[in-house]
Amino acid sequence: MISFQYVRATDVADAVRQTASDPRARFVAGGTNLIDLMMMEVEQPTRVIDITRLPLRQVEPTPGGGLRIGALVPNTDLAYHPLIEKRYPILSSAIMAGASQQLRNMASTGGNLLQRTRCAYFYDVATPCNKRKPGTGCAAIEGLNRGHAILGTSQACIAVHPSDMCVAMRMLDATVHVTGPAGDRAIPFADFHRLPGDAPQRDTNLNPGEIITAVELPPKGFASHHTYLKIRDRLSYAFALIAIAAGLELDGDTIKEGRLALGGVAHKPWRNPQAEAVLRGQPANAETFARAADVLLRDAHGYKYNTFKIDLARRCIVRALGQAARGTPQSQSHKKIA
Amino acid sequence: MVDTEDGPTFHSLSYPTRRDVIAAGAVVPIALALPPGAAAQSPAVAAASEPVAVSLTINGTQHVLTIDPRTTLLDLVREHLDLTGTKKGCDQGQCGACTVLLDGRRINSCLTFAVMFDGRQITTIEGLAADGALHPLQQAFIDHDAFQCGYCTPGQLCSAAGLMSEGRAKTPDEIRELMSGNICRCGAYPNIVAAIQQAMGRS
Repeated sequence: MISFQYVRATDVADAVRQTASDPRARFVAGGTNLIDLMMMEVEQPTRVIDITRLPLRQVEPTPGGGLRIGALVPNTDLAYHPLIEKRYPILSSAIMAGASQQLRNMASTGGNLLQRTRCAYFYDVATPCNKRKPGTGCAAIEGLNRGHAILGTSQACIAVHPSDMCVAMRMLDATVHVTGPAGDRAIPFADFHRLPGDAPQRDTNLNPGEIITAVELPPKGFASHHTYLKIRDRLSYAFALIAIAAGLELDGDTIKEGRLALGGVAHKPWRNPQAEAVLRGQPANAETFARAADVLLRDAHGYKYNTFKIDLARRCIVRALGQAARGTPQSQSHKKIA
Repeated sequence: MVDTEDGPTFHSLSYPTRRDVIAAGAVVPIALALPPGAAAQSPAVAAASEPVAVSLTINGTQHVLTIDPRTTLLDLVREHLDLTGTKKGCDQGQCGACTVLLDGRRINSCLTFAVMFDGRQITTIEGLAADGALHPLQQAFIDHDAFQCGYCTPGQLCSAAGLMSEGRAKTPDEIRELMSGNICRCGAYPNIVAAIQQAMGRS
């Protein structure tokens, strides 16, 4: 790890000031991803700004009936928060499906959004990687790409976003609140993360010097009909091969609204409005779910080792929508998939 | 009492530890005080890290130290305070051997900068037993033979102590899920789950 200057931010404005003047500065909160990357020298900040003392730890109802989550709320506290468990249980479930309890105790809400890909080539500084070093190429496209993306890829990068929490937030249509040198702004979750395109070094649409202050959930939580179904190489403590956040609003057996967000398939949590349109007004049965899956995966493209993900995703979508329709969400401790 | 880095040391054991033997054989034992990578020359080094003062309460004793900000909490307890019960396994947050309790909550000490915990309370495996009596989890691990090589055990115990205070795990499935951050390569998992169940029953 290279040496760096350690400073503590005294308030949010101070934190913004400290990074805006130094492009090689990084915020540290939970540290679970940044410190790992610093040890590997993938990240080489010359200044590390400790933001853990900023007053961003509240979970509070908004006047509009939603919930505002401070950027420094630890993942465990968020998953176990009574209002989240009651009104947004899919968010609790998704958080508990990721990492370990130790890491969830450390990791912050804002940091979870800013997690970087776990692509092995991104981590290995001896290999080419356009995300780590723009213009060097992508070693994954012709390499060991079993865990890589099947949707929204580019010639420059086929990495996936690693978060589970973000998949549920994307399904819930959350909003990311940020502040920076140009003031405050609210970014719809759909626009927060980016596809790789020709600039995979940029994971998000945050501008230099901007800091996440909160994530806001709208009132609708799909508490009655939802599931977070995650498939991975072992039963716990592994990144997703495929993860599905599904939420349904039903009128009897008819789908009034259906939402599907996928993890493990793209550079950002993935949604497809056309696939969700297929669900609207249709009976909640396997045939409907399969049609939605076909639309969502129409443009999916596999590489040498990950083509299996396309069929796996199709089956997971059908299974997850079934769980949501029955009101029997996937348990994250009892691993049997119903 | 307040210990400083240069002040009283923790060599209270009357017999040589494995560490003493290893250190005695090392060519430059003082290098042990440096964080990993600190001695390596990196082309991207901009300026030397300025040492930072930090005050930590570890197992009930306050320590005031001046450290390189790169020092992880894991390296601080092992290399600066000689509390070598906490183990370094993967050093990447993947194995749980380094688990300690921060204000009662379990964390991976390898993925932290110790300076971030100024003013906080830390409990390591050395602090679990109280007044000479084993923590119920320690006794339960012995009763159930919940280890083989023992390298993961300090992390398993601290993690299980955190699990018990969380109060979320009720069933064996839930214990297994919430202990999944602690890898045991000897595969003592069934006995670890049994030991935790025993300790939960007693508390």
